[in-house]
Amino acid sequence: MSAPSLPDQAARAVELGLTGDEYARIVVDLGREPNDVELAMFSLMWSEHCGYKHSRKLLRTLPTEGPRLVLGPGENAGAVDVGGGTAVAFKVESHNHPSAVEPFQGAATGVGGILRDVFAVGARPIAVLDSLRFGEPSSERSRYLFEGAVAGIGHYGNSIGVPTVGGEVYFEAPYEANCLVNAMCVGLASQERLIRSAAAGPGNLLVLLGASTGRDGIGGASVLASAELGEGDQLKRPSVQIGDPFAESELLECSLDLLDRDLLVALQDLGAAGLTSSASEMAEKGGVGADVDVARVPLREPGMAAWEIMISESQERMLCVVTPDRLDAVLAVCERWQVPATAIGEITDSGRLRVLDDGAVVADLPVPILVDCPLYDLEPDPPAAPPYPAPARTLDSADPGDALVALLESPNLASRLPVFEQYDPIVQSRTVRRPAQADAAVLVLDPAAGDGPAIAMSLDGNGRRVACHPRRGAAEAVYECAANLAAAGAEPLGLTNCLNFGNPEKPHVAWQLEQAVAGLAEACRALGVPVVGGNVSLYNESPDGPIYPSPIVGMVGELPEAARAGRLAFHRDGDAIALVGAFRPSLHGSELAKLRGAALATIPAPDPEAIRHAHTAVRDAVRHGRVRSAHDVAEGGLALALAESALAGGHGAEVDLPVLGDRDTTLFGEAFGAAFVVSGDAADLRSLPGAVVIGRVGGDGLRIAVGGEPALHRTLEELGHAFEAGLARLFS
Amino acid sequence: MRFGVVRFPGSCDERDALLAADRVGEAELLWHADRDLHGVDAVVIPGGFSYGDYLRVGAIARFAPVMDSVLAFARDGGPVLGICNGFQVLCEAGVLPGTLLPNTSLRFVCRQVDVEVVNPDTAFTRACARGDLLSIPVKHTTGRFYAPEPLDEHQIVLRYAPGHNPNGSQDDIAGVRNAEGNVLGLMPHPEHAVDPLTGSADGLKLFESLALERAVAA
Repeated sequence: MSAPSLPDQAARAVELGLTGDEYARIVVDLGREPNDVELAMFSLMWSEHCGYKHSRKLLRTLPTEGPRLVLGPGENAGAVDVGGGTAVAFKVESHNHPSAVEPFQGAATGVGGILRDVFAVGARPIAVLDSLRFGEPSSERSRYLFEGAVAGIGHYGNSIGVPTVGGEVYFEAPYEANCLVNAMCVGLASQERLIRSAAAGPGNLLVLLGASTGRDGIGGASVLASAELGEGDQLKRPSVQIGDPFAESELLECSLDLLDRDLLVALQDLGAAGLTSSASEMAEKGGVGADVDVARVPLREPGMAAWEIMISESQERMLCVVTPDRLDAVLAVCERWQVPATAIGEITDSGRLRVLDDGAVVADLPVPILVDCPLYDLEPDPPAAPPYPAPARTLDSADPGDALVALLESPNLASRLPVFEQYDPIVQSRTVRRPAQADAAVLVLDPAAGDGPAIAMSLDGNGRRVACHPRRGAAEAVYECAANLAAAGAEPLGLTNCLNFGNPEKPHVAWQLEQAVAGLAEACRALGVPVVGGNVSLYNESPDGPIYPSPIVGMVGELPEAARAGRLAFHRDGDAIALVGAFRPSLHGSELAKLRGAALATIPAPDPEAIRHAHTAVRDAVRHGRVRSAHDVAEGGLALALAESALAGGHGAEVDLPVLGDRDTTLFGEAFGAAFVVSGDAADLRSLPGAVVIGRVGGDGLRIAVGGEPALHRTLEELGHAFEAGLARLFS
Repeated sequence: MRFGVVRFPGSCDERDALLAADRVGEAELLWHADRDLHGVDAVVIPGGFSYGDYLRVGAIARFAPVMDSVLAFARDGGPVLGICNGFQVLCEAGVLPGTLLPNTSLRFVCRQVDVEVVNPDTAFTRACARGDLLSIPVKHTTGRFYAPEPLDEHQIVLRYAPGHNPNGSQDDIAGVRNAEGNVLGLMPHPEHAVDPLTGSADGLKLFESLALERAVAA
């Protein structure tokens, strides 16, 4: 071994983010002290971000089996069968900490990373969705992060020709120091072309594709993603990766071309921990070993040390396994796409990951020791009350009309158009429902067919409601996503999730995490939807405390006829309006409660049976053309759902709501995924199971009564003005 | 009618243009490094971010080997349609007047806009009538048309309808042709308006016009 070992290696290990106990375990497992290169590799592979130290045991409790499942958790992305020999691969991943330090590049490379996860399984990315969380927009920093993250997502997604078809953004004080940037990618592949990442065949070559390796992103997964943010974060900017969508677009086409020509044994993207994780994970899955020579890795700058090369998180790189007889063919394809490709090592039968520097061994680690990081049991302990201060009060008026205007204008509920207009939702010619046209994005599978089978997708979560009751709030996120799909006419096929939480070593955060995962599992089982994969982002915490516990759920479903996909806009004056579903609203955890500065309080338990029935009723009605609009009731309650359908269609509405509690609760109370506002012919609506006709489309504005008592009347113009201004004014 | 759709490194909308052209004729891809146009009847330079928009939009693509052949094809009177980045490339190549500057918002904007046909007497708008409004999406960061000298009125083929100018283009200009009339550049994406299922079929008229032109010529 040519790399020297330092006497204070244990102290260095702690500096790099390992604990003293973890270092001791490494020494025992190896039977010696790790050298510098090895220590750097361990510090990344045993980080929370790569190793899932505090979450892996919990994740095993999620349901991951289903008749349509093709690829489950553990691969770069999960996949489900959509018929006709086609699979849909998808995954959501976080890029929170980098985005908090440098929002444009952080968000851009978040998109780049999730795209690579999807084309690493051989699927062509066809859609991106994003879930964003920032502090209150009254904070200049939050506006800066918001604007930068949106621009970064657009920069990457627009340039690479993958449509951004949906997503969500919310502003809450607990995200002030820790913004969330989660990106989901959906891809299409023929089932035969799906490729796994397990390396095989000793003697086969490891070929590195794509960009050269530089010093950007050194320690991204350990320094940034697995520790709390605090003072001096600006100094961490060199740990943020820099994205180049142009390089990725050619890497994407090149990778898919290589797979089309059946030239690869295995393919894996380089994400967190760079070469270290991709090489060791490929070796581990295949039960083999690998030799990597860092002297053969094309570098962006001279003088990089072996450890830097092994853990660099430079973007736009892939690692593939190639049989020696196909190397020339692989290099020729890469040449055509102008994608650099270099054989940097080979698969061995040693079971060890050996790093060489021009032939000299500088690291030599048994793959299982490197990959199997310690797993910790959480020590959950529920807090006496949600550990978050009440939101600042911003609404004093008790008038329901004023409340509706204030809600429409609030950053959480205002029109998302100022964000969506910065994204390209239509490239690839599949987009049948763009953002704001329906509750879920709808993409036709064959863009040349004019109709036929389509998939719908949605990404959702509500941290405040999870903070109110982690188990119920997390379950609601699943029901809400499924409701979005139902309103578009789609049936869920699979789910991906990103668990964004605070420091899991703190008992109340551990409790939030444990409860939320239980809620997700419960709702997935109730709907029969398997979890196909996902991501965990912990340590989203600052000296002011943890973020709201934020499980973000992405769901993909199918519908048989694209042309019949649901729309949320009221379509025709005179149509009847009905409420579908057993709606039991509460103001606890609601947007109105937030505007009124109410403390977080327990939300009601969802009723899975009633939710399933409502989803089935609406999905069938949409598919059979028995409704002309369908919109699920979520933030802001019934009044908001009615206002959104009215504004989207430019048609007013007059309704008389059944009494569902006191007046404000009936109008603005929330329960997620449970109920829908639909419009259509009165006779059709009356035939819908669980539907109650509540009014009709028409008039100059929105006129709502509760139990026959007039409650509010506002013109569409006034409502529209509030709705359009709320978010637009946040952009400089 | 055989369409050739150019792919540069970083092109994004070439598959969409192929699909659109396929609806009215046959379409094939033209590779940036290949000077052979394979005998196509019309060339489409599609949208995207050729060469990553590095240096300046369209500035590198105009030097790609295929462009020598495309420019020769245009000089010989062959119809060439430049969409978005394709428009930028043709301006950089000096085939079309003016240039495209960053949007006044300095942001990317994607929006369905109404575009008015102000000159139906071109190979690209023959299937339209003067004053037709076409609903076509725009999506770009650098789409503000600017020409230092006033254009010949005939060269203005498409204008954004009142209130629909998304980028601050001079005189609401959305599409211009060369003096000879066989090259059209436009910022809106007609290839993304070819099917009511995805929002509008109005853009198909440009592709139909080319097919019609071919039929007339034959």
